[in-house]
Amino acid sequence: MVAHLVRLKATLLRNGLRRSAWQIVGLVFAALYASGAVAIAVVGLAALSTQHADLRASVVVLLGAALVLGWWLIPLVSFGVDSTLEPARFATFAVPRRDLVVGLALAGLIGVPGVATTIVAAATAMPWWRQPLAALAGLVGAVLGVSICVVGSRAITTALDPLLNRRGFREIAAVGILLPLMLMGPIISGLVDSVAGHSAALPAITRWVVWTPFGAPWALGADVAAEMWSGLIAHLGIGLATLALLVALWSWRLTDAMAPHRSAAGASLVGVGLFGRLPATHWGAVAARSLTYRRRDPRYVSALLIVPVLPILLTFGFGTTGLLVAVPFAAAMLGFSISADTSYDGTAFWMHVMAPIRGRDDRWGRVLATAVIGAPALIALGLVALGVTDRWDLTAPMLGFSLGSFASALGVSSVASASIVVPVVPPGSSPFASRQGGSMAALGTQVGGMAALGILGLPGLALSVLAALNGSLLLGVLAALVSLAVGAAALVTGVRRGGDLLDRRAPELLQSLRSMD
Amino acid sequence: MQSCLPTITNTPPYADQVPEDGPPQPGPAASGPPAHPTAPALAIRGLWKTFGQKVAVAGIDLDVPTGSCFGLVGPNGAGKTTTLSMASGLLRPDGGWVRVHGQDLWANPLAVKVQLGVLPDGVRLFDRLTGTQLITYAGLLQGLDRETVAGRTADLLRALDLEADANTLVVDYSAGMTKKIALACAMVHAPRVLLLDEPFESVDPVSAANIRQILASYVSTGGTVVVSSHVMDLVQRMCDHVAIISAGRVMAAGTVDMVRGEASLEDTFVEMVGGRSAGEGLSWLRTSSG
Repeated sequence: MVAHLVRLKATLLRNGLRRSAWQIVGLVFAALYASGAVAIAVVGLAALSTQHADLRASVVVLLGAALVLGWWLIPLVSFGVDSTLEPARFATFAVPRRDLVVGLALAGLIGVPGVATTIVAAATAMPWWRQPLAALAGLVGAVLGVSICVVGSRAITTALDPLLNRRGFREIAAVGILLPLMLMGPIISGLVDSVAGHSAALPAITRWVVWTPFGAPWALGADVAAEMWSGLIAHLGIGLATLALLVALWSWRLTDAMAPHRSAAGASLVGVGLFGRLPATHWGAVAARSLTYRRRDPRYVSALLIVPVLPILLTFGFGTTGLLVAVPFAAAMLGFSISADTSYDGTAFWMHVMAPIRGRDDRWGRVLATAVIGAPALIALGLVALGVTDRWDLTAPMLGFSLGSFASALGVSSVASASIVVPVVPPGSSPFASRQGGSMAALGTQVGGMAALGILGLPGLALSVLAALNGSLLLGVLAALVSLAVGAAALVTGVRRGGDLLDRRAPELLQSLRSMD
Repeated sequence: MQSCLPTITNTPPYADQVPEDGPPQPGPAASGPPAHPTAPALAIRGLWKTFGQKVAVAGIDLDVPTGSCFGLVGPNGAGKTTTLSMASGLLRPDGGWVRVHGQDLWANPLAVKVQLGVLPDGVRLFDRLTGTQLITYAGLLQGLDRETVAGRTADLLRALDLEADANTLVVDYSAGMTKKIALACAMVHAPRVLLLDEPFESVDPVSAANIRQILASYVSTGGTVVVSSHVMDLVQRMCDHVAIISAGRVMAAGTVDMVRGEASLEDTFVEMVGGRSAGEGLSWLRTSSG
């Protein structure tokens, strides 16, 4: 049974590659990147065998702990968990729970990250090769560590999933959970940065990390080498206990995950909601639908999170100046968030194809839905940034450039989402899920769109920077006017171009959406 | 897959015999006959669609008279859904043309689409909206004003027995209820032609009878309905015209009585499509071995 699951995953991967050239490109890039990183890690670990035992232990433990934390946390913030082997799909088969857990865990190793992790983990035994017993213990630790990586990643996402997947779950609560998780990255990198400055402190940190669930399994080799048998038993115990706990958590949550997601009490709303409040026109209807979805579909929530998250990230990186830079950046990202809007509709887009509606009205509706939320949020954010940094002299360029970038981005997105659709997770699925192969095509759109945005933003940016450096009020006002003019022009052109594209190509877009469904 | 794919050339409408094979003609057809007031509700000529290597629809000709209930039957994968998608403007044909009351659909989509009500199969709905909101959305997209939409939404919910779930999200509907709400969306703008792909799938018998009644009264007032189905019995009962489609071609078309002759529609269909004698294989599939 376990072998069946592993083979199934491999077959799915192979068939996925056969279906689309993008997936092959994506896999090749991922493999190239990973093999580079793996080569550096393996060579480094091999070279480490000539170093002092303390340093060897520190590097192996910290590297291993980083691997585990990566597996645990990265799916929560960016790539999501590969949902090809969704536990719910096995609900109708009588697969013993134990086989399912083992099979899904092993299947999780098939793929670029899994293979890379396995190689690097195996290589962590190399620094001890001169002491075969220690190397053997290192290998055992590596197996334990990789198991903790994979099982932990599955257990954590499966456990948190229903929380975020529940319909009617308030977006506020989603922000409350997602926000700290998204900020985990900078917090950790901040810690690492402060540590990297004092490499002498490495052993001290290691002494602390080896007693954590993510560090313990990687200490086995060092324990044997130093003949610290009590340490060995303790670390092995921590590792095994962690694994057992994670397996128990996963196995327990799996029962729920295998039941199809249905909320007991569906959200109920009397009347037509926003459809009654926005104008009864084509664009009004599209805007009302888009806005309603922004409340009810968790996929949109993470796009809106950019506004609060980005400033915090950049402040971490660059201090309060980062806060000033963050506002126009967040504006561009938010405007760009509708570049996959048609993809998010999925095959439900047929209603637009079928309706006698002009592409332009479709585009305006979607733009409007983002603008009503985005513009006030960006202005508020801009005022906060100006207040915190006490740079009220920059009010004009800050607000002008931000809103101008927002408009430009909305215009670029309007063209992007009418020209290409990318595979996205289906509506209502968890924000942790991810679609294979989507990333490369999505990346292409992102890069192209960002390049266009960069060019459009250049005049406003140059004038804004000049205004900030010279403290010239006149230049600041000029920067605001230029930014707003460029933004307005880009928005109108983008909506028209995108609308015309849609008029011509809507059936083709629907056909691609159908083939992805 | 054959290397040379047969298609139909110059098949008269309502040919009740199996048309002869002709040379392949995948290119876009020449401009059709001029529109005239007595044009059929839906006229299709030389419709052709390939997906990669697979020819899904290989030159289909159909004429659906105004005020008829037209059944499209065929085995799975015969090209029913592809044909209906192309006839409704959701999928661009590789060749051929579609006219709705004499107007070319693909030449003038905006003007023609208002005349069509479509229920596609195998697509999502905007299911995070409530039933009321979804019908409202469909109505507004069709350009109706607010009062008309509100009135018709209430009527449709009542007629389709969805009033109790009007304020429930469509994603929480059962499969049959989802079909019904999609049907309501197709009808909200009072189209002249309804194109319904498998409208009775997973709909309970009471609702199905209810829907048949609604469609019958729509046809009696001059509306035209095209339904695809693989339930022959249902087509024989509710439709006055039928076309049998297999492997992307029309095997027979005409009034139900013409097509089926003396036999039942199901027997005619199985004979034409080339059924197998039942009971072969699966000798192990019996409850008691002995």
